[in-house]
Amino acid sequence: MSTVPVPVAEPATAVGRVRKRLTSRTASAISLVIALIWTVPTLGLFISSFRPEADIKTNGWWNFFTDPKVTLDNYQDVLFGTSGSSGRLATYFINSLVITIPSVLFPVAFCALAAYALAWTKFKGRDWIYVAIFALQIVPIQMALVPLLQFFNIFALEDEGSFVQIWFAHTCFAIPLGVFLLHNFMSELPGDIIEAARVDGASHARIFRQVVLPLIVPALASFAIFQFLWVWNDLLVALVFVPGADSTPLTVRLAELAGTRGNDWQRLTSGAFVSIIIPLIVFLSLQRYFVRGLLAGSVKG
Amino acid sequence: MATVTYSQASRHYPGTDRPAVDKLDLEIRDGEFLVLVGPSGCGKSTSLRMLAGLEDVDNGAIYINERDVTNLPPKSRDIAMVFQNYALYPHMTVYENMAFALKLRKTPKSEIDVRVKKAAAMLQLEDYLSRKPKALSGGQRQRVAMGRAIVREPQVFLMDEPLSNLDAKLRVQTRSQIATLQSQLGITTVYVTHDQVEAMTMGHRVAVLLDGVLQQCDTPRALYDTPANVFVAGFIGSPAMNIKTVTLSDDGGIFGQMVLPLTRDQIAKAREGGDGKVTVGFRPEDCQLVSASEGGMPIVVDLVEDLGSGANVYGHTAINGSEERFVVATERRTSVNLGDTVFVKPRTDHHHAFHATSGVRI
Repeated sequence: MSTVPVPVAEPATAVGRVRKRLTSRTASAISLVIALIWTVPTLGLFISSFRPEADIKTNGWWNFFTDPKVTLDNYQDVLFGTSGSSGRLATYFINSLVITIPSVLFPVAFCALAAYALAWTKFKGRDWIYVAIFALQIVPIQMALVPLLQFFNIFALEDEGSFVQIWFAHTCFAIPLGVFLLHNFMSELPGDIIEAARVDGASHARIFRQVVLPLIVPALASFAIFQFLWVWNDLLVALVFVPGADSTPLTVRLAELAGTRGNDWQRLTSGAFVSIIIPLIVFLSLQRYFVRGLLAGSVKG
Repeated sequence: MATVTYSQASRHYPGTDRPAVDKLDLEIRDGEFLVLVGPSGCGKSTSLRMLAGLEDVDNGAIYINERDVTNLPPKSRDIAMVFQNYALYPHMTVYENMAFALKLRKTPKSEIDVRVKKAAAMLQLEDYLSRKPKALSGGQRQRVAMGRAIVREPQVFLMDEPLSNLDAKLRVQTRSQIATLQSQLGITTVYVTHDQVEAMTMGHRVAVLLDGVLQQCDTPRALYDTPANVFVAGFIGSPAMNIKTVTLSDDGGIFGQMVLPLTRDQIAKAREGGDGKVTVGFRPEDCQLVSASEGGMPIVVDLVEDLGSGANVYGHTAINGSEERFVVATERRTSVNLGDTVFVKPRTDHHHAFHATSGVRI
């Protein structure tokens, strides 16, 4: 037995070397610095949102450290203010939730079902359908707006109906990417598990619910977060499909916050933070579903 | 309790020029342990999957208990399958894995519990019922896969190379466990393997397949003693049989100075379209090392595999100008060295003769 320590071998592949460098201490330090720099504007925004209007309009947020003055007026104004352009974000907050939640749940449900059918059932023309859905990603949203509006005119939906319109629109726009993502993830599942379930007597519905869904949770979670952020931050689709001023989401309202002549722009800082809260909660709460190794122990090799 | 019948069952994958399984005719008796064996790509797994309902049957039919199941989905066939890589449900505990099929059939909870516990006891899995598959060793996972099949109490067990992912020692151990379990349960079993040792030790009968065609189906002993053709002769037995195509004389096959005697009947059959040749085989263990004067075939030793209980001697000799290789299994403590010349004589009446062109036993 030799007592000489074995020298750590340089990884053979280029990717291996890159990976090794990236995990070194210097790399960590550099990325920490970059992360800090990237966070500074957000920090500035956050501090500004608590500064009085006069301060915001006269000097930069860093003056806060020499002359700290804190007020909740901005938040009070944007959340509950009653004047024309200010506020009532609380109401629009609800609108945003009403628009966003179904606009996430519908695509996730439809895409998962479609992806299962495309990945694990056999029927004629399956590959063509998949390619066609995938190719739809090329179509820019802007091209679909007018035809969709014409389509909705057939039903002459009004008021509450505008929510249905926007749910429908968001779902349509989400499906190509969703099907693509979930299909790829699902078809990576070992075929033997699906076949074992079939031999055990499970129907397709059963396999989907009890075998496939639990195993694609990470993919569902990432698609859900992705779609949530997209819908929550969307302005264009909301402007086009939500005609009534009472049912517009936060984004539309935020754009109006500064007032008709843009004189009330101090509100924007607190408004931005109000609109960030929910995406943050969503991201942090769904993050725990990003579990690696869900398939461990199922099949060997 | 069931019989299984393949009747001219064929599977032809689109885009291939020959069927993966070609007109398979096979009858499996009630409670029988039948092993499908063959080299990779011979259609053994496809045959099993056709019986499971995971693969279409293009022609012919498959019956379980005289019921035509050819076009039934897997769940209507009352079969249970053990997969090569176990295919456990990774998100369920061992208990849930075993109970899954029963739950689908709406078996009462109390009965599920009884059956799962019973199967777990049989397979020594009681301590692991609440674990997930990833917390189990390979052997334990394999037993869970077995347990999942056992709790079903199906008409037929299907096993697709269930031991191939285990290490050598565990494989031998599990091999005997499966065989014992099957005889206890008495459930008809179809078992697929590429390993002829597994086939010979486990099966009541063994079906040998090659290129989608059934070569022979018989008891392990009969396969060993009377292989139906050259392929079966070479496939069954380890080390493999020495098979050579040699010139046919009026007395038998000529191996250099040695003549392997054949009966008059065999010679007559070999002559029909045999082009003056005959294929003769003798097993390594049916040979003796003799002295030069006893009329053996001289062989130059290339390699000796000493197994302790005996040795396999590999060597070559020249027959009709071409170099031919032979294997001889010698008894314990026979000392043979590399480069020696030994004289080999097959034991009388233990050799096999096949037609030189068709390969059929004569």
